[in-house]
Amino acid sequence: MIPRSFEYSAPGTLDEAVALLQKLGSDAKILSGGQSLIPMMKLRLASPPHIVDINRIPGLDYITEKDGFLRIGALVRESDLERSELVRSRFPILVDTTSVIADPLVRNQATVCGNLAHGDPANDHPATMLALGAIVVAVGPRGERDVPVENFFPALFTTALEADEILREIKIPIPPPSTGGAYLKLERKVGDYATAGVAVQITLNNSGACTAAAGIGLTNVGFTPIKAVKAEAFVKGKQLDQAAVKQASEIAAGESHPVDDIRGPADYKRDLVRVLTARAIVRALERVKGGV
Amino acid sequence: MKKAISVTVNGVVHHQDVEPRLLLVHLLRDVLNLTGTHIGCETSICGACTVIIDGQAVKSCTILAVQADGASVTTIEGLGTEANLHPVQEGFWEHHGLQCGYCTPGMIMAGAQLLDRISSPTADQIRHGLEGNLCRCTGYQNIVEAIQYAASKAK
Repeated sequence: MIPRSFEYSAPGTLDEAVALLQKLGSDAKILSGGQSLIPMMKLRLASPPHIVDINRIPGLDYITEKDGFLRIGALVRESDLERSELVRSRFPILVDTTSVIADPLVRNQATVCGNLAHGDPANDHPATMLALGAIVVAVGPRGERDVPVENFFPALFTTALEADEILREIKIPIPPPSTGGAYLKLERKVGDYATAGVAVQITLNNSGACTAAAGIGLTNVGFTPIKAVKAEAFVKGKQLDQAAVKQASEIAAGESHPVDDIRGPADYKRDLVRVLTARAIVRALERVKGGV
Repeated sequence: MKKAISVTVNGVVHHQDVEPRLLLVHLLRDVLNLTGTHIGCETSICGACTVIIDGQAVKSCTILAVQADGASVTTIEGLGTEANLHPVQEGFWEHHGLQCGYCTPGMIMAGAQLLDRISSPTADQIRHGLEGNLCRCTGYQNIVEAIQYAASKAK
């Protein structure tokens, strides 16, 4: 399988890349890790006339903590995230997420930012970024702008990025103490997309109740990644005992919109959201208390 | 329009003019005649085409040759020699880590990268580390033992 012919550019700076995008418009497609794009081009599901390869742009492979945010640059590979000491110690939920994406060989090449920019509701990072309240930094000819990730996925395979914008960075607020998070995914086999996946991030106050910062995101149970806002509102201010966890998970399941497909019937997936939400809340609580 | 690229493969620099759509695996096999790297599924699943680019094991059917411009690529042909096998190659020999051999080059490249990252992996770490490589013959047990052999040999 060979892609259709295309023109290829590998700009050396972000400015050059943006100028190219501005000139080429919707003819251009950005190549970062390429682990979704190249298979789609080989299968001729996508045939972009012009590939703009951003891999030659220096200085985009950083994972740093700065000004209250964990910042992940456009060329950070999944395997970089998985092996980052900063991420492993502070954001176990990101390790949960990256380690269930595809396989180690794909993760050596695939980028975290690409996982969002692709706009696929079956990708895993979107749910986690929703739970974490992440912000996407887009750069274009009009400069930079911040897009809260909850506004980043307006429709199926569609993102808030304009045709001449590049996702330069994901920034994740550094959570306060007494915060824990977890991502759980059921897949039929290694490398498969999620049958369903759930990301949960919670922060407890001094009396052990859930603060307003709670985040719950759902993978592959709708046309876009889903922020389970009703379940988030429900847990706010509550002591997360068994009854509350059960109720929150039922609310989250009600917010999913799965369809019947090869991974199972909609009812099954909805129930899976319930089960995974409950388990993810429990694991997040364990991590608040210092568990792994 | 063709692009001029320069790729070091197994220590030898190659200058080529390639179509941007040429996949790395086709550069290796069809242009450079290095047929040790296999094509299996062509859909980023099976890992038969695994090579190491600048220290990272990747699926060469899912990378454009132009992306490897300036990079150093190691294929199975460059990992060891017949007289001096790489420990992972020796492990596959000693522990019968293959039957038909189709997945073997990819398995060995992924196994070599695994040992670069974790010098004494557990069986569980080996199995997870090889999640991107499919074998339809062995049931994986002997492959795990082959990598364990290589880990102990490297000490």
